[in-house]
Amino acid sequence: MAPRICALCHTSKAMLRRPKTGQQICRDCFFFVFETEVHNTITEAKLFKPGDRVAIGASGGKDSTVLAHVMKTLNERYRYGLDLFLLSIDEGITGYRDDSLETVKRNQQQYDMPLKILSYDELYGWTMDAIVAKIGKKNNCTFCGVFRRQALDRGAAMLNVDHIVTGHNADDIAETVLMNIMRGDISRLGRCTCICTEGEDTIKRSKPFKYAYEKEIVMYAYFKKLDYFSTECIYSPDAYRGHARAFLKDLEAARPSAIIDIIHSGEAWAVKEEVKANQNAQQTCKRCGYMASNELCKACTLLEGLERGIADAGITERGMKKLEAQGPAPDNLRTIPFFRLASHQQNGHPAIEVEAPT
Amino acid sequence: MMSSPKTIALKIEFGGGMELLFANQRSHKLSIPARVPVDNSTKELQAEPDSSNTKPTDIVFLIHYLRDHLLKEREELFIENGTVRPGILVLINDTDWELEGEGDYKLQDGDEIVFISTLHGG
Repeated sequence: MAPRICALCHTSKAMLRRPKTGQQICRDCFFFVFETEVHNTITEAKLFKPGDRVAIGASGGKDSTVLAHVMKTLNERYRYGLDLFLLSIDEGITGYRDDSLETVKRNQQQYDMPLKILSYDELYGWTMDAIVAKIGKKNNCTFCGVFRRQALDRGAAMLNVDHIVTGHNADDIAETVLMNIMRGDISRLGRCTCICTEGEDTIKRSKPFKYAYEKEIVMYAYFKKLDYFSTECIYSPDAYRGHARAFLKDLEAARPSAIIDIIHSGEAWAVKEEVKANQNAQQTCKRCGYMASNELCKACTLLEGLERGIADAGITERGMKKLEAQGPAPDNLRTIPFFRLASHQQNGHPAIEVEAPT
Repeated sequence: MMSSPKTIALKIEFGGGMELLFANQRSHKLSIPARVPVDNSTKELQAEPDSSNTKPTDIVFLIHYLRDHLLKEREELFIENGTVRPGILVLINDTDWELEGEGDYKLQDGDEIVFISTLHGG
């Protein structure tokens, strides 16, 4: 078979077929179009302004590693004027997160960015290893998800950044759309395709890879020989997401545009005002100051359950009743440090020392 | 008739977590017959099989061969409906296999085939 020629430069040998467009392109044109599309996503959504301090949520996995590389490249190429940081959460999973954090530490050197690692242990007093030892492998992903979300915001506040970017890609978002439909979760369905979420008192979060296919992210990492970590979490993976993922990959095999089509479907959804009104209004957790939809935020509820030996308190109604039946929380209960947004701190300086690249 | 080599040497690389199914070894060297059974059976391979019921060795055969001889665990994460599971990228000499005929690509002596899982972690 004669080698195919790149559809863009008409000179070099085509090395991959783009899933979004079916175009066959060479390696250099691929780098250029991939980076340019992310740049267009960033500028069309007006994600940043010069001088912004931006933390890249870094797990050491493919998506966040490619994100760090591309953010650095674009910041230099288009002079965004951003101060970039790496922010990693250490869930305390021996044999998984400890290894992936080694990758993040190498990325810190390779990309010359300050790195902050915040651990569940220092924030909540519990590692995931300890949580799983206590509650087993059921519901542990709920703890991890709730704790991670809050830990990222708290890490961002410590770094005094304006903005967190995460490596969520088009496949992830399409999966989430499917999961929210299957669960009938209207409020999440309404917002899960937003490129940027920003509440009044939350740190801005966005997804520059919203339209980037996983296949292209992996190809980019492979062709650029980026250093990333790829091991499945040793605790039971999110089984429900696994089904959505397998289904999505089958759809993609039959019709590659399926992923972007599902995202467009999610974006086209409009949630009626009266449906929105029935959802709990956002409030501030009375114990830790983090945003909450009840008196206590989800993390405080989960933590109290762990501390008082009723681990399903934050998960089932029955668990919550059991906790309430035991009376109010004891005074000496371990709690999460009070949450303060970066903007409420002294301007200009991170609230903590960050590890600078050496 | 031109004489062709009876076996072909291949270099196999696993990445993106795929290596975990293959004894955590990323790089493998293989030598397999240049013609193989059309039913992709990998047992009792002969260097010079009968010409009936054989085909030039292709990627589909290689996938079956890897499953039968190198795979250590969880075959369902590697192979599905006679090909790699959706979500596994295949590169033939660093080119996306979608440009090379995917499973029908006829392997050449010295080819390097890379399998990368996209399904692991973010």
